[in-house]
Amino acid sequence: MARMKFLCDSERCIECNACVTACKNENEVPWGINRRRVVTLDDGLQSEKSISVACMHCTDAPCQAVCPVDCFYTTDDGVVLHDKDMCIGCGYCFYACPFGAPQYSQEGAFGARGKMDKCTFCAGGPEEDHSHEELDKYGRNRLAEGKLPLCAEMCSTKSLLAGDGDIVSELFRNRVVRREGRGESWGWETAYND
Amino acid sequence: MTLSKRKKMMGLTGLIMLLAIVLLPMTGYISTGFADTEIKQVEIKVEKTNPRADYWRAVRNNTAGYTAVKGRETGELIQGSGEVWRQLRNGPIATYGSWLIGITLAVLSLFYMWRGRVELIHPRTGKTVERWTLNERRMHWITAGLFIILGITGLSLLYGRMVLIPLFGHNGFSAYAAIAKWVHNILGPVFMVALLSMIVNWFSNNFITKVDIQWFKEFGGMVGDNHPSAEKLNGGEKIWFWSLTTVGMLLCFSGLVLDFPNFDQQREWLQLSHLIHVLTAFVLMSFAFGHIYIGTIGTEGALEGMVTGQVDTAWAKQHHDLWLKKLEDEGKAP
Ligand code: SF4
Ligand code: SF4
Repeated sequence: MARMKFLCDSERCIECNACVTACKNENEVPWGINRRRVVTLDDGLQSEKSISVACMHCTDAPCQAVCPVDCFYTTDDGVVLHDKDMCIGCGYCFYACPFGAPQYSQEGAFGARGKMDKCTFCAGGPEEDHSHEELDKYGRNRLAEGKLPLCAEMCSTKSLLAGDGDIVSELFRNRVVRREGRGESWGWETAYND
Repeated sequence: MTLSKRKKMMGLTGLIMLLAIVLLPMTGYISTGFADTEIKQVEIKVEKTNPRADYWRAVRNNTAGYTAVKGRETGELIQGSGEVWRQLRNGPIATYGSWLIGITLAVLSLFYMWRGRVELIHPRTGKTVERWTLNERRMHWITAGLFIILGITGLSLLYGRMVLIPLFGHNGFSAYAAIAKWVHNILGPVFMVALLSMIVNWFSNNFITKVDIQWFKEFGGMVGDNHPSAEKLNGGEKIWFWSLTTVGMLLCFSGLVLDFPNFDQQREWLQLSHLIHVLTAFVLMSFAFGHIYIGTIGTEGALEGMVTGQVDTAWAKQHHDLWLKKLEDEGKAP
């Protein structure tokens, strides 16, 4: 079984935000929520670099560890998903997540949290594959269609890579060798130990 | 102002304006000049240290960058404190918290087996004095009720996954937890108001005096056959009051930070508040067990005071002699 991972090649990312838009559209992401975001460091300076970040689908995911209702599960592909029907919107996964992935639709007064929403690696949710409920709550299930996440597919510079971790790191390694650079697979140290 | 003076002024102003016209556009050169030196500095730095290493170090240190996505801390790539919070919550806090509750209950049961109930030494006189007014009793029972509800719903969020999911299943527990969270969030601020009203109303009765020090030295008559003096409130009650005033307020304020996320509190604040909230809750829960024990099965006649408002003068004489004496002096006691 593949172990799905994301990798953003910061030497390539040009902060076009195509991944953000692609995700938003493909998954019909609720208003006020972006499952992916591009962060630019040292904006306008020589050392400027951009990184596209979303849920990294961590090994031993911190969100999963703190959820009081235990609504997360990891698929055979290593994708971390959650059951919105069970989520009580407590915010704990948001406190614990290193990447700031979990977000909430605002429900009621005083910023009361609705159900948590985050990147699904375009793998839908616990509902039946391709069902209306799945699309409604979690977005498209591209993995079940044999496709990879749309953010990476649409990346104009092929900076954002998504797929089997071994293949992704092999691709990246070849790039780094060819450009005689130093490899920095951003976030991997934090997210993965498999 | 004479004419010559005015001419001089005009000449001077003209000169200043001319200078400004010549000099101001030059500030552009000045600032680019500075910028040039800045870039040179950057280049020098770049030569000295490995830029990429510097860069990734910055990313790990919660440095925020620019992002087009608006929202709370969206510019931050990796936040490290979440991991600390997770380990504290799931580790020591969950473990030692349950120990604290368990040990408190065990100690109280053992104490009861050893000491039994503190009985009245003199028979009841049948005459009573008013100890708590109706309003005081309402305040007490509302706060107490809220405390219990908040305690149970709060503990459910911490231990429910371990204890209740095996009993009710995932869906059953989730349905309960959703209500528990809602109830906890709504009643929390109400509890705060109730607690504050108790603090304000009973503040003046609760200054620790010499009498209380002596009361502590004799363990409040809980151990041995002494009956140390006490005013309307004894040393133990005063300690409970001050814990509620300090620890309790900390509990309430940390709760408010968690309850109202609409002020875009940073995650560090939420994590810290959560830890404070759980810790203070555990401390107060173990104190509350002690308070409930002493107020019910631990002491004969104590509960009546808070239920009916009246206590027997025999009870008052044994437990709060100075208070009874004061009432007698004031002619308020039968
Ligand atoms: S990135 Fe955050 S939300 Fe995604 S699996 Fe890791 S901890 Fe969970
Ligand atoms: S917000 Fe929902 S998914 Fe996140 S920890 Fe709470 S219950 Fe679990």
